[in-house]
Amino acid sequence: MAWVNAIIQGVLTGGLYALFACGLSLLFGVMKVVNLAHGDLAVVAGYVAIGVITVTHIPVLWSFVIVVPVMALVGYALQRTVIQSSLNRSVLTTLMVTFGLSVVIENGLLQFFTANSRGIGSGLSLVRDSFKLGSQIQIGYLPLVIFAAAVVVLLGLQYFLSRSKYGRLIRASADDQEAVQLAGADYRHVFGIAAALAFATVALAGIAYGMSSQLAPTTGSDVILLFAFAAVVIGGLGSLWGTLLGGVVLGVAQQIGAQISISDEVLAGYIVFLAVLVLRPQGLTTRRAQS
Amino acid sequence: MSLVAEAATHPVSEFRVTRSRRNVAWTGAGALIVVVVLALFPYLVYSGTTTIMVQAFIVLTLASMWNLLAGYAGLVSVGQQAFVGLGAYFVLILALHGISPFAALPVAAVGCGIAALPLWWLVSRLRSGYFAIATWVLAATVMLIIEKFSSIGGGTGLPLPGLSGLSPTLLTAYTYWIGLAVTVLATLTVYLLLRGRLGLVLTAIRDDEVAARSSGARVGLARLLVFLVAGIGCGAAGAVLAISQLQVQPSAVFSISWTAEMAFATIIGGLGTIEGPIIGTAVYMLLQQTLASFNAWYLIVFGLVAIVVALFNRRGLWGLVDDRLNVRLFPVGYYLHTPSGKRRGSAGA
Repeated sequence: MAWVNAIIQGVLTGGLYALFACGLSLLFGVMKVVNLAHGDLAVVAGYVAIGVITVTHIPVLWSFVIVVPVMALVGYALQRTVIQSSLNRSVLTTLMVTFGLSVVIENGLLQFFTANSRGIGSGLSLVRDSFKLGSQIQIGYLPLVIFAAAVVVLLGLQYFLSRSKYGRLIRASADDQEAVQLAGADYRHVFGIAAALAFATVALAGIAYGMSSQLAPTTGSDVILLFAFAAVVIGGLGSLWGTLLGGVVLGVAQQIGAQISISDEVLAGYIVFLAVLVLRPQGLTTRRAQS
Repeated sequence: MSLVAEAATHPVSEFRVTRSRRNVAWTGAGALIVVVVLALFPYLVYSGTTTIMVQAFIVLTLASMWNLLAGYAGLVSVGQQAFVGLGAYFVLILALHGISPFAALPVAAVGCGIAALPLWWLVSRLRSGYFAIATWVLAATVMLIIEKFSSIGGGTGLPLPGLSGLSPTLLTAYTYWIGLAVTVLATLTVYLLLRGRLGLVLTAIRDDEVAARSSGARVGLARLLVFLVAGIGCGAAGAVLAISQLQVQPSAVFSISWTAEMAFATIIGGLGTIEGPIIGTAVYMLLQQTLASFNAWYLIVFGLVAIVVALFNRRGLWGLVDDRLNVRLFPVGYYLHTPSGKRRGSAGA
């Protein structure tokens, strides 16, 4: 029964990891930018949420109403300035610049907010309560809500990218920037919109992680970025639903690892990631890679 | 006069190809004098200074390796701390078995080279951004595996045995010399590699990978060789780190800060030049020493400067020097001197 429980908990954690991963995957899919500061920006969003809650006293769950637009604006601004100008130089420059950002943000948080970890809304009944299935399986309300949120975000992204006008522009810009420019749209603005979307999901990821665990300056790279990347690789590139599957596989692997020995939780996830990298480098959902 | 017209009117013997735009005999002699003076430092300065210098040697060695990876082979690795940590741990393991840490250093470096092979096999198929994060995950995985062995200290690490017999003065001096030796060897290795066939292949790949491949350049092999050498170099730097700190702690030796420092030093000094890491390390030490009392600030400032340099001045500080003075301390390119006196740079310039 403990194993069934581990698998159920792992599946639910997978929703959180899918939330981590979709921003990373979106930026890569549209601009071929791997944002190494992805996790640290999620932590920033979490810290902003804590600040917003303390100052305005709005209910914890509604903090995203403020934090998500703020991070979307940050995303648009970062894209139009730093990311776009490094993209104009080379892909290697985007890596160096986003890695620089990651280190600067992480150490900045350390400097201003100390290394202490902090949670979001740890007193809420939503965060603490759970219900029982049978005698041994206990399911928290929060993981369930986060999983549902991840599915809603993925559905929304899918719908937006395939149906809306901006979604079509984003896909067109990802394919051929010059053609989009010739057709009268500014691809830089379109990239900005895509980045704003990605950063909105990053904000949700930061808040969700802050509620289900604790945020610290190093969480960004140690947990969020690396888990997001593992989920993307396991699931397969460029597939939003693959990202969810990747998150679920990673979550289940970690929970099974934790069942074996509590210190093996993270290691078990990485070993599954490496196994997928070796045995099925195109990921679980995509067919044989083109190149 | 165009090159073609000049070639038609002048005999071939009037054309010369040299390695540098200027004669480099004096820079070679200069480098030798610098190394000799540096070697005499333990007799000349206080041990506080040599301790700081050891730190500079470690960063310079790491930066040279990162430069080889990112600047010449296009491999932006964010996981080189895996090798720093492995180098430190190999020294610790050998020292626990009674081998002197100084004798263990070369073995640890070779061990890191061997460890680089399976790690390369795991990430070799990935490119650019995916390669970068995958190396980061690898480094995290290596650390988690090392932490599982309680005989080498588990999650908390162990002090390095085998050096308590030496007097503090002698230990500081030996540590300094081994650090200097590793740095000189690392810089020399990078220089000689790039001067040779590998340098040509890497330049060809950088300019056009498909063309290089179709001309018979063994692209995969060249990248493997670079990854291997970088693993050995970072491992040696990790071994020096273990000896200078006298203890090995997993979170410290596997810290992402090592990769941050080596990358920022290289970017600021000048990516893709051998002189760049030296200048970048000097900037790093300057910042680190002036901002030492402000905790993490030196890394924040260092990172911001690196971002600005990466965005606005790709060739870094050494690029500025090179533009003004036309000088290369470590020439790895070729220059064509034509009879009309015009000089043209070419491969690897």
